[in-house]
Amino acid sequence: MNPIYVSRRRNNVIVKYLCLGAALFGVTWLALILFTLFFNGLAGINFAVFTQDTPPPGSTDGGLRNAIIGSIIMTMIGVGIGAPLGLFAGTYLAEYGKHDKLTSVIRFINDILLSAPSIIIGLFIYGAIVVPMGGFSAFAGCLALAVIVIPVVVRTTEDMLGLVPNPLREAASALGMPRSLVIRRIAYRAARAGLITGVLLATARVAGETAPLLFTALSNQFFSLDLTKTMANLPVTINNFVQSPYAYWKQLAWAGALLITLTVLALNIGARILGAERISK
Amino acid sequence: MTELSVSVSNASGPVPQVALPEAAPKVTARGLNFYYGEHHALKDINLTLGTHRVTAFIGPSGCGKSTLLRIFNRMYDLYPGQRATGQLLLDQTNVLDPKLDLNLLRARVGMVFQKPTPFPMTIYENIAFGIRLYEKVSKSEMDDRVERALRGGALWNEVKDKLNASGLSLSGGQQQRLCIARTVAVRPEVILFDEPCSALDPISTAKIEELIQELAEDYTIAIVTHNMQQAARVSDKTAFMYLGELVEFDDTNKIFTSPRDRRTQDYITGRFG
Repeated sequence: MNPIYVSRRRNNVIVKYLCLGAALFGVTWLALILFTLFFNGLAGINFAVFTQDTPPPGSTDGGLRNAIIGSIIMTMIGVGIGAPLGLFAGTYLAEYGKHDKLTSVIRFINDILLSAPSIIIGLFIYGAIVVPMGGFSAFAGCLALAVIVIPVVVRTTEDMLGLVPNPLREAASALGMPRSLVIRRIAYRAARAGLITGVLLATARVAGETAPLLFTALSNQFFSLDLTKTMANLPVTINNFVQSPYAYWKQLAWAGALLITLTVLALNIGARILGAERISK
Repeated sequence: MTELSVSVSNASGPVPQVALPEAAPKVTARGLNFYYGEHHALKDINLTLGTHRVTAFIGPSGCGKSTLLRIFNRMYDLYPGQRATGQLLLDQTNVLDPKLDLNLLRARVGMVFQKPTPFPMTIYENIAFGIRLYEKVSKSEMDDRVERALRGGALWNEVKDKLNASGLSLSGGQQQRLCIARTVAVRPEVILFDEPCSALDPISTAKIEELIQELAEDYTIAIVTHNMQQAARVSDKTAFMYLGELVEFDDTNKIFTSPRDRRTQDYITGRFG
């Protein structure tokens, strides 16, 4: 056989197995993490986790109710503030400002924000909100999460609207449809699954954020719905409990970590289902 | 393209063998120029679209025929850096007037595109949406308008039992007829067709061509096509364009049987293009 062809085949096999090896290497660690998480987390999950608040030091009962509720509240408000802003900004980039010079500047800054370490955002809110307002508050936590949500949603919104074929916009304009209607009724409708996917992924991203909450909402041993006070939340509670000497606290931390992981998993699966729907149309 | 010959004048379809009486002008271009930024894409175009006539625009790719069509409804206005100079009248309206309400212009001058572009909504809504832009009508009247538009688009019999299905579920040819129905539904005066059959199979193409001729009873029609037999079959007048110029504009049978310009003759006999 042709020696060039033989060596090409050999190289092909070598590269193929190198790629496969690298992929397996990465997946192995993920599998180990998930296995440990499920192993320890499932042991810690019981009824009390959802019905009782975080325990005082040394106690051997208690749960995560206040942290779960706090996380849900702050994530929802954070996404509630950040997602609309992100949708509007992404709409500007993809529709109104498509040909503006300002657009590339905004896109560049947004990309930086997208990859900024979340602890920086926590510190920013600490300086901008927590210090002037004279204390940690759940509201500051919501804002920190919103700042993380915005660039994610801006990016997905712009990308998804960019996938809407231009002839569709032209066809709508050719009927005499004003620009705002073309965007709201045609472009949004065509990109709907993608836009929702973006918001879901942003929610998944902030659901497990710890650093921005450390400097803003802090934590709270008690159940609280007051946005002007500190509020318990899962990530910071996990962070605190893991470092504690108490076995029961550590067990609760595992349970909390599992809950966050399951939430993120559910959101990602939801996003994938919607994504598949977008492609099949 | 070399298969094409002057024998297209024998193609089936009602090619008028005698010159049609001059129709009242609907759209009039005088000294019309168009620029993509610095690029001078259309040069000094003068022509008239006759009321209730079908005017075909032919010419090689890049000759400016689609560009010209997109001036008629100011479609180019969606993009920066594109501008038209000269005069373009729709009846007495100055189409190039910067203060003109473009949405109202586009209600009078509808457009059907190369690729079918159904909106991501039901078949019914695809039609009703356009009507609601201009009129407030009751549910029963809307049902009636939708039916008439779908009949106008020769689609009613195929979709009457699934009006709530997505417009995207239709075949390509059906989607294109849906787009025509949608355009007709808002009762324009002029309909622009930008290569409406180039993405369709021959049977769908035949249906659309038949439809275009029916529509000419009520609308003034301009059609850009790469298919010369199609121009010969559907149009009353044909404009041959080349490198941004209007080379020849005459009755369709004259263009295809005894073109005056050498370039027209070369193009329709397939020597270039």
